[in-house]
Amino acid sequence: MKLLVCISQTPDTTARVAFKDNNTAYDESGVQFIMNPYDEWYALVRALELKEVAGGTVTVLHVGPASTEATIRKALAIGADDAVRINAEPVSADFVAKQIAAYAADKNFDAIFMGKETIDYNGAIVPAMVAEHLDLPYIPLASHMDVSGDTATIHRDIEGGIEKVSVKFPFVLSAAKGLAEQRIPNMRGIMMARRKPLVVVEPVDYEPLVETMRFELPPPKSEVKLVDPENMDELVRLLHEEAKVI
Amino acid sequence: MVLIFAESPEGKFKKAALEAVTYGARLAQQMQTQAVALVVGDVADAGMLGEYGVTKVVRIAGDAWDAASLAKAVADVAGQLGADVVVMPFTTTGKAIQGRVAVRLGAGAVSGVNALPDLSDGFVVKRPVFSGKAYAYYKIKSAKKVLSLMSNAIPLEKTGAPVEVENLPITLDPPKVQSVGVEKQKGGIPLPEADIVVSGGRGLKGPENWAILLELADALGAATACSRPVADAGWRPHHEHVGQTGLAIRPNLYIAIGISGAIQHLAGVNNSKTIVVINKDPEAPFFKAADYGVVGDLFEVVPRLTEAVKKFKASN
Ligand SMILES: Cc1cc2nc3c(=O)[nH]c(=O)nc-3n(C[C@H](O)[C@H](O)[C@H](O)COP(=O)(O)OP(=O)(O)OC[C@H]3O[C@@H](n4cnc5c(N)ncnc54)[C@H](O)[C@@H]3O)c2cc1C
Ligand SMILES: Nc1ncnc2c1ncn2[C@@H]1O[C@H](COP(=O)(O)O)[C@@H](O)[C@H]1O
Repeated sequence: MKLLVCISQTPDTTARVAFKDNNTAYDESGVQFIMNPYDEWYALVRALELKEVAGGTVTVLHVGPASTEATIRKALAIGADDAVRINAEPVSADFVAKQIAAYAADKNFDAIFMGKETIDYNGAIVPAMVAEHLDLPYIPLASHMDVSGDTATIHRDIEGGIEKVSVKFPFVLSAAKGLAEQRIPNMRGIMMARRKPLVVVEPVDYEPLVETMRFELPPPKSEVKLVDPENMDELVRLLHEEAKVI
Repeated sequence: MVLIFAESPEGKFKKAALEAVTYGARLAQQMQTQAVALVVGDVADAGMLGEYGVTKVVRIAGDAWDAASLAKAVADVAGQLGADVVVMPFTTTGKAIQGRVAVRLGAGAVSGVNALPDLSDGFVVKRPVFSGKAYAYYKIKSAKKVLSLMSNAIPLEKTGAPVEVENLPITLDPPKVQSVGVEKQKGGIPLPEADIVVSGGRGLKGPENWAILLELADALGAATACSRPVADAGWRPHHEHVGQTGLAIRPNLYIAIGISGAIQHLAGVNNSKTIVVINKDPEAPFFKAADYGVVGDLFEVVPRLTEAVKKFKASN
């Protein structure tokens, strides 16, 4: 099978959130960047597992500037066969989706694995756009997948449970927790990754439809109000009269 | 015109759909245009959406919850009625179709918005980013727009009266993704919709101790949640796991019991309106994110709180 995994790069989960240039840009100073966990732990690993059973190749694709190549190499170290970087700032969801779709359009991938959301912008929207551009079925929030022949049975998370769906290849899915188990790259993988192909492709012309104007930090949380552990009537009173939540 | 997709799984509108309708109706007012709600499938009382401010409800038949066919139908209706903005809830269905609808309409899309737009300089919407640690403002530059609304972001508002439901002669394409069964979590209140959530961490020491937490949840009419190590250890089912790798929730009240408040846990809960933390360690990081804190042994504090809640409920 010919599989594509779309990876994004995000600040480390514990990175401080601050903005610069009059709150118009994320302040990257001192921030460690990682592969988006949903892409790395679940989408990439499930694609590798599928290749291990069915044969074929796993290509990783990233839309981003040259500074992201360490993240792409990590995906190769975990086991992807080759990588493509589309040389552009990922300025908006519609822009990124357009670039991914333009690349994938004539490649006949059997499936495209993406993450359920990036942990910085939390958009959860690029995969559906890619699926529509390519006119492919889309299974969001996939937390389990079995494959038999040309059909995949996938569990997708829904409110308060899961729905089991069945779909024929090719399709696009977005990966949620449960789809696979995280893999740590080993020394051999890291060595091999250096020699694997990483192709840089220029973006197609496309005018983004959405522009980021500015960021804002929430007002600082007021000091916690401590309540005497002996006096839970007081806590109930505060929740009722002050917070008005019960 | 503002078109609101009022999702109705199992023939009923959930709160998230009613919030989207309320939002769409207020947006239409702001834009001095009409708000129309779209329902797909059989819904007992679709006309009641008029109470939330739409002037019309349109309906198409069918019950395929396949992203491709549903998105096509929503986009077709938007096209036929000439919608300028399409609004939908940011639910698992919204996530399945929003991007597809946007591509079909050539529309710019922003997901998970949490406030009405600012129209003074174009169309600028706000949404939480970085798991709620910040907000971003986006300008949508295309003529058509598709928004999804974060749940619990705006209060429900009844401003109108029931309206007529008009059936549209649009049919859903046959689904390419077949549903082969739904497994619902048994009993209890589904976590993503709960107004009150009682959540437990490793401080409870073991699954056998969960009874005190369940009693509190019961007294409050709350859903239950847990930290990741609790789910990983199998003390509680995985669908209760909240945080960065689990569910992100935003209830009105989140009560954290024996949870330290690691940043990855906070990522899933710090949009809650009010946070109560019960922990014996006054240095637990969670207190920094809390509105109310109780420093004490949870095995004593929680039963006491349950009694206080019962007393309060009995007298109110
Ligand atoms: C990439 C990544 C992603 C992660 N994602 C998540 C996630 O989505 N969700 C999540 O929850 N975690 C997540 N984690 C784990 C997270 O970092 C913490 O390890 C975890 O949240 C801790 O769980 P806890 O608070 O239940 O346990 P602990 O940190 O062990 O805290 C237990 C608390 O209970 C208190 N306590 C003990 N006994 C009592 C008592 N008798 N009375 C009162 N208080 C008591 C203690 O003082 C302590 O504060 C993630 C970690 C990583 C690295
Ligand atoms: N710059 C990017 N390059 C490649 N894939 C991306 C990029 N941004 C987002 N994606 C994919 O789209 C998924 C959802 O992203 P989002 O819609 O931004 O939350 C991610 O988990 C990735 O799989």
